[in-house]
Amino acid sequence: MSRLSSTDTPTEGEVPNAEEPAAATDEARAGLLEALTGELGEALVGSHLDPGDDLWVRVERGAWVHTGEFLKTGLGFQYFSFLSAIDWLPSPFGRDMDAQVDLRLGHAESSEIDQTIEQGVAGGDTRFQVFARVNDIVNGLAVTLKCDVPDDDLSIDSWVPVYAGANWHERECREMYGIDFVGHPGLRNIYLPAEFEGNPLRKDYPLLARRMKPWPGIVDVEKMPGEDDADEATEEGSDS
Amino acid sequence: MMSASLLLAELSYWQQTSIRVGAGLAAVLLVAGTLVYLHLFKLVSFMQSRLGPMEAGPFGSLQLLAEVGKFLQKEDIFPRKADRFVFAAAPFVVLMSTFLLVVVVPGGPDAWFVDSELGIYLAMAVSSVSVIGILMAGWGSASKYSLLGGLRATGQLIAYELPLILAVLGVVIQAETMNMQGIVMAQAEGEIFGFGGIGNPYLLTQFVAFGVFLIAMQAELTQTPFDMPIAESELVTGYMTEYSGMRFLLFFIGEFATAGVFSAIAAVLFLGGWYIPGIDPADNLMNILGPLVMVGKIVVLTFLIFWFRFTFPRFREDQLQRLAWKFLIPIALTNIVVTGILKVAF
Amino acid sequence: MTAISDREQLAYLAAQAADARVNVELESEGMTLNIGPQHPATHGTLRIVAKLDGEQVLSADPVMGYMHRGYEKLAEVRTYPQVTTLINRIDWVGSFANEVPFILAAEKLMDVEAPPRAQWIRTILFEMSRIANITLFLGDMGLQVGAVTPAFFAFRDREHVLNQIEAATGGRFHPNFDRIGGLKDDLPAGWITETRRVMKKMRSFCDEMEQLVQGNEIFEARTRGIGVIPADVGLSYGLSGANIRASGVDWDVRRDNPCGMVHNELDWKVWTHPDGDSFARFWVRLQEVRESTKMVDQMLDGLPSGPIMAKVPRIIKVPAGEAYVETENPLGVMGYYVVSKGDLTPFRVKIRSASFNNISIAPWLLKGVYVPDIVTILGSLYFILGDIDR
Repeated sequence: MSRLSSTDTPTEGEVPNAEEPAAATDEARAGLLEALTGELGEALVGSHLDPGDDLWVRVERGAWVHTGEFLKTGLGFQYFSFLSAIDWLPSPFGRDMDAQVDLRLGHAESSEIDQTIEQGVAGGDTRFQVFARVNDIVNGLAVTLKCDVPDDDLSIDSWVPVYAGANWHERECREMYGIDFVGHPGLRNIYLPAEFEGNPLRKDYPLLARRMKPWPGIVDVEKMPGEDDADEATEEGSDS
Repeated sequence: MMSASLLLAELSYWQQTSIRVGAGLAAVLLVAGTLVYLHLFKLVSFMQSRLGPMEAGPFGSLQLLAEVGKFLQKEDIFPRKADRFVFAAAPFVVLMSTFLLVVVVPGGPDAWFVDSELGIYLAMAVSSVSVIGILMAGWGSASKYSLLGGLRATGQLIAYELPLILAVLGVVIQAETMNMQGIVMAQAEGEIFGFGGIGNPYLLTQFVAFGVFLIAMQAELTQTPFDMPIAESELVTGYMTEYSGMRFLLFFIGEFATAGVFSAIAAVLFLGGWYIPGIDPADNLMNILGPLVMVGKIVVLTFLIFWFRFTFPRFREDQLQRLAWKFLIPIALTNIVVTGILKVAF
Repeated sequence: MTAISDREQLAYLAAQAADARVNVELESEGMTLNIGPQHPATHGTLRIVAKLDGEQVLSADPVMGYMHRGYEKLAEVRTYPQVTTLINRIDWVGSFANEVPFILAAEKLMDVEAPPRAQWIRTILFEMSRIANITLFLGDMGLQVGAVTPAFFAFRDREHVLNQIEAATGGRFHPNFDRIGGLKDDLPAGWITETRRVMKKMRSFCDEMEQLVQGNEIFEARTRGIGVIPADVGLSYGLSGANIRASGVDWDVRRDNPCGMVHNELDWKVWTHPDGDSFARFWVRLQEVRESTKMVDQMLDGLPSGPIMAKVPRIIKVPAGEAYVETENPLGVMGYYVVSKGDLTPFRVKIRSASFNNISIAPWLLKGVYVPDIVTILGSLYFILGDIDR
């Protein structure tokens, strides 16, 4: 059931070839992946294809803008959907975020938190990844692009010259994650006040409301329709 | 309008003056109050499928008094950077223009304030005074919205003064007088192709001028579709943005009173004024019935104004100027020429 | 560069400098007008910093964040069923439609599918929230260009739809009704008959709006040719929904990428308009409401029977993975990029809201227009502030 299926290419190393098992069922996306591989070559460092559903492609940071340009002009992906980033660091405030801890009440918290970073679909090497999605609305295709951004140099080239709509998304991404977009025409805060400190969507940025009032656990388990009251007191749901 | 001239002959000057002031206040405020209740509260509520005020008095008829009481209680706020004198004086200037307008409107054979030979000319002149008040409000508020609104209002009012006056000219040519009383009498004594039963309201001969007058009047009153100066969706409320309490109330009264007075002028010019067919215009009874007839015609005309106001979207000001200069003024001019030719020919 | 051309260039520069001096003397200083954050036109707390030259806009810069609630962060500390409470408040006039793509994304990760009846009812409520939402737009658009009465008509008739949504879900504005694997409850008795009646009423409301607003010459004069968005610009800004369809782009996620809903089993039409101006956007939305009422009628006729909830565990743990699901919401394409690490809570939820993209074209679009057109254009782009600020 996991979507981290076997079609994942290795995180690093050799350039992946077009997916063998999935390609049979989804020619359009496989063809797209092939075209991208052909254009980007070494710069395409990871990909994941969900047949009949979706495609993820991870590219080198240096090829980020080129990928956008190629998708837009070469492959007809004219529609810009969104751009954002993701912080793969597991939350240091386990009790806030990691509800697993809560299921075992009475246990110590932060000592149990595994701080190893594990990237998702299409792999990754760094804590931060920028990801964006563009659509080819004529053929009904879409691709999610990912790009690693190393911790010591949190910057990436701006997509604004390619997709004008990336402007605000990059501003939001900058203030939420602190990732710099080189070549952006006006990288100001979009939501937060100008003097705001910190990058709220980073995992190590505490959500103070949760710090003040800890995670209450699962208190609102709703009964399934048709389920009777008999098995209400399940051991894992009760929190009292 | 009850100040009959026969009565005045026997009273001293101060008594005459106080009667005139009292009657003027009644003519402006009572009519304005009636219009607010009938049109703003009830007619519009009916159009918008709601009830309107229902609590104060039967069917909310005392709501206006409650509103006035509320406004009077409010703090008199001046913006910090406002030009205090100009800001404070502006509503009075606007209201003054309304009161001066009502002076020349006759309500019956003897029920008038001033029987001026230049009646309609005076009316057109003093109606421009309100522009100064609005510009004062726009400038004195020290607010950008107010300034924009004030400037828009000035441009608009000046543009629509012309079609208004040109429309009036057609009536003046036909009636051969500028005296408002004379215009009423000319309509009362007129005949339609030899039939004199209902006089000859100029609506029939000057319908083009009437149309132009109504449109220009709507613009002079800055009611939607010509409410660019107020434009609540972009300029908040234009030149009135910074006003509150009593001064806002003055603007509010001014708006409706001016609508009433302009309608009264239109009624005199085009609908035969206070004249009732079948009753001798010189009959003293007309001094009682005349004002009532006038109020009736005012209500009908203001109904049109508010009907338009709550139905139409508003023009942008370039479209609004285009309508005045390229459409209304040529039509009004043509009307004058045609009226003049026909007047000479017949 | 030769000497002569140097001299020419010098003369040119001198002439330019002289011009500039004259211009400085003649030119009045531009005015900065803050429209918002509290202003009647911005329905919400959007602020637009407009630099004006007289009535002309030199540049307009939207400033958001007055209502930013940080749902992406908050979603990370809530279980999947709890997240719907938050995302209800994104586009608060079409709330149910907000829940659907998130629930679908979670279902996709869990590999469960709602039973047919749940899918149909989901689609019915989805379309009804579209009707409720766009009805508000139809009235509001009149208000933006100065006609007060259409707004009252819209509020009056929207109430009928909201009543039906409330009867089915228990909430007028924030139903919180969608569940992973189905719906909270089945429809109440008598709901179908009543909804049919309401849909008929909404169709007559559309006719009314067609006559009162769309057919009005002043409305046409105010909206035709105002705020024209060419299709390629719209696409690169990521415009969606009626905004892009009004530019002639025939793209509707409901038809082209249906996911978890039954739009493809219905007989309906995607409306487009070639002009791309404010009028076209109004027109397309008006047609969409009509189309939605027809869809609801069809769905009420063909509603299958059966359970409304799939078998899902009581405590929902979503397997690790990433999924992006987008649906054609009233305001445009809304999507959720959900990253799960196999926990009770999502690891990351990226909310791709329609209005954020739709309004990001505003600086480009508002350049050079007149002040009254600002509200016309913003009104016709139709944003809900919660959908921008999230």
